[in-house]
Amino acid sequence: MTIMKKLLTTAIASAMMVGSAQADISDNTVKIGYLADMSGTYRDLAGPNGLKALEMAIADFGGKVNGAKIEVVSADDRNNPDSSSSTVRRWLENENVDLVAGMVASSVTIAVTKLLEENDGLGIVSGSAASSITNEHCTPNHIHYVYDTYPLANGTAKAVVQEGGKEWFILTADYAFGHALEGDVSRVVEENGGKVIKTARHPFPTSDFSSYILQAQSSGADVVALANAGSDTTNAITTAGEFGLTQSGQTLAALLLFLTDVHALGVNSAQGIQLTTGWYWDMNEEARKWADRFMEETGVRPTMVHAGIYSSTMQYLNAVKATGSDDTQTVRKQMMDTPINDMFATNGRIREDGRMVHDMYLAQVKTPEESENEWDLYKIVRTIPGDEAYRPLSESKCSLVTKN
Amino acid sequence: MDHPVNQTNIQQAMLDQQKSDQRRKHILNLVLLALLLIAPAVIYPVFLMKILCFALFAVAFNLLLGFTGLLSFGHAAFLATGSYTTGYLLSNYSGLTTEMGIIVGTAAATVLGVLFALVAIRRQGIYFAMITLALAQLVYFMFVQAPFTGGEDGMHGVPRGHLFGFIDLENNLAMYYFVLAVFLGGYLLVQRVVGSPFGQVLKAIKQNEPRAVSLGYNVNQYKVLAFVMSAGLAGLAGSVKTVVFQLASLNDAHWHMSGEVILMTLLGGTGTLLGPVVGATFVVNLEYQLSQGPLGDWVDPILGAIFVLTVIAFRSGIVGEIQKFVRKNMG
Repeated sequence: MTIMKKLLTTAIASAMMVGSAQADISDNTVKIGYLADMSGTYRDLAGPNGLKALEMAIADFGGKVNGAKIEVVSADDRNNPDSSSSTVRRWLENENVDLVAGMVASSVTIAVTKLLEENDGLGIVSGSAASSITNEHCTPNHIHYVYDTYPLANGTAKAVVQEGGKEWFILTADYAFGHALEGDVSRVVEENGGKVIKTARHPFPTSDFSSYILQAQSSGADVVALANAGSDTTNAITTAGEFGLTQSGQTLAALLLFLTDVHALGVNSAQGIQLTTGWYWDMNEEARKWADRFMEETGVRPTMVHAGIYSSTMQYLNAVKATGSDDTQTVRKQMMDTPINDMFATNGRIREDGRMVHDMYLAQVKTPEESENEWDLYKIVRTIPGDEAYRPLSESKCSLVTKN
Repeated sequence: MDHPVNQTNIQQAMLDQQKSDQRRKHILNLVLLALLLIAPAVIYPVFLMKILCFALFAVAFNLLLGFTGLLSFGHAAFLATGSYTTGYLLSNYSGLTTEMGIIVGTAAATVLGVLFALVAIRRQGIYFAMITLALAQLVYFMFVQAPFTGGEDGMHGVPRGHLFGFIDLENNLAMYYFVLAVFLGGYLLVQRVVGSPFGQVLKAIKQNEPRAVSLGYNVNQYKVLAFVMSAGLAGLAGSVKTVVFQLASLNDAHWHMSGEVILMTLLGGTGTLLGPVVGATFVVNLEYQLSQGPLGDWVDPILGAIFVLTVIAFRSGIVGEIQKFVRKNMG
């Protein structure tokens, strides 16, 4: 009996010691590594301004959390998984980085999350679009914060069909990402009573879209959807503008388009395009206020990715503050337990697969008459509730979900 | 009258020159080897491995450009074939030891090299470069579409596994010395090839192809062989790189990669053995340093400017210029 008691007390005591050891902040520093494209295609969407957003969050904490210093290191991912993985490996193994933030290109993100899982680090993905990041590639070590392709296809396609766009022409980038988007869109269109009458696939990347846009025009479809990204999307939109696609009564729907893309295109070429976004700087008072601060720092309006980086960093630091620890699983659990209510999201929550579920917004690009200044670009048409927008857990292929 | 004496004097002087050159080279090589052996104590091993992989890639490329005079613009295809093949095998067949995966990856790149060579070798100069580029683009699009590569997401989580079934490569140091051994193997192979009679014929082809033909050499056979060897070594570099980073991605197959290896080789010095190694170290390091700092935006312009400067002012590259300097001043 006494032996049992002794054993039990020792066990409890040691468990408490482990507990208290975990509750410390390692080397009294919270170190955040920011990894994003600083010089290539995705520079505008996250890039150096994303780092500014991250630094704004740290400044709001006064550079310290629970007395521990907050440090930032940053690196250019060069859109290259090799370079990124050697950078992040060093961060995790040698520099005690606690959180990796940013992350844009899906190949980079997946490579980094594998490393995080191996080294028990934490990552918050703000830039990537691929929904596979919290589906077949999910890990207990990362959170996908801002958006993914599922709600983009879902939100835009559903809304456009409901507004009467029954017959669809889909222009797809001929690689896995485009195929996945095309599949998602076709499914949603057909479920809602629409029909895909034709699809065309263009090689990646393409600069001359005229033959595809002519096909789209002659197909007689109500809606022309662009299942591509980046410069392919903007090139297609420019060409569609030159051919007067929307003026001739067809609706143009872009599935992945950022504020910076629309800004670069200008409202003349982009007017009338419907798209889904996770956040828009002018959508409410809080967002506007933060966007004003951001503009003072950077001279531009933030994209949803910038806002997401700020918001997620605040959430992370709050979780560190609440738990007094920078241990990955402790912090992740705290973040999952805390609903997110800030300038970025209302009642956002992080699911067990790492997906942050929040409301999405269907937006339409303003006409030149409606737009009051160069950043006055969207009008929010409709709010899509988070649970409706994101992939339901019942369809998830994530091992963290399926094993329960 | 004293003509023959002069002759022997000159011959003697040349021999002495060669000997001192040789000695200097030996010492330099030993110093470099010692540095490579102790390097992981000072520099992060994964970074060193990256340099070694690209150095091997550049050495392979230089066998073709520097010693045979063939400018291939499609070497990324071999790098990627090696890396995807190895990645696929190691991910899907857990019974396979790491070295088997690497050997098969290298073999796959070699086979692709034969196919490329048979088509491309029929033309010279710019046409040769364009044909290799076109073929490499075909390979690129194949990798974009093929389901096993994971498309633009890439292939991830390739296990490093065990070398010969018992050396755990998860350990960065073990991995480093393995990569170093592979690199040295490749380097010494190229050194041996270049110094052999076969290599002399390659150099003859580079200097004057019609003359080599007139001397009775079957030039095309030599070129194909050099091409295939270069492709195989590039594939080896890709295979090893996949094991180091545990991933294979489209970046390896993209024509940027073919351009980058040209840059490395030219910067370091074509036609020198150490040149590509120095060039690769320089480029990888510069990219790394710039990507960490506030100058991130400027990586590509800076590399471009350095490239232009090299081509205009230092045609023989870093190592080539140093060699010239040493010859001139330390005769």
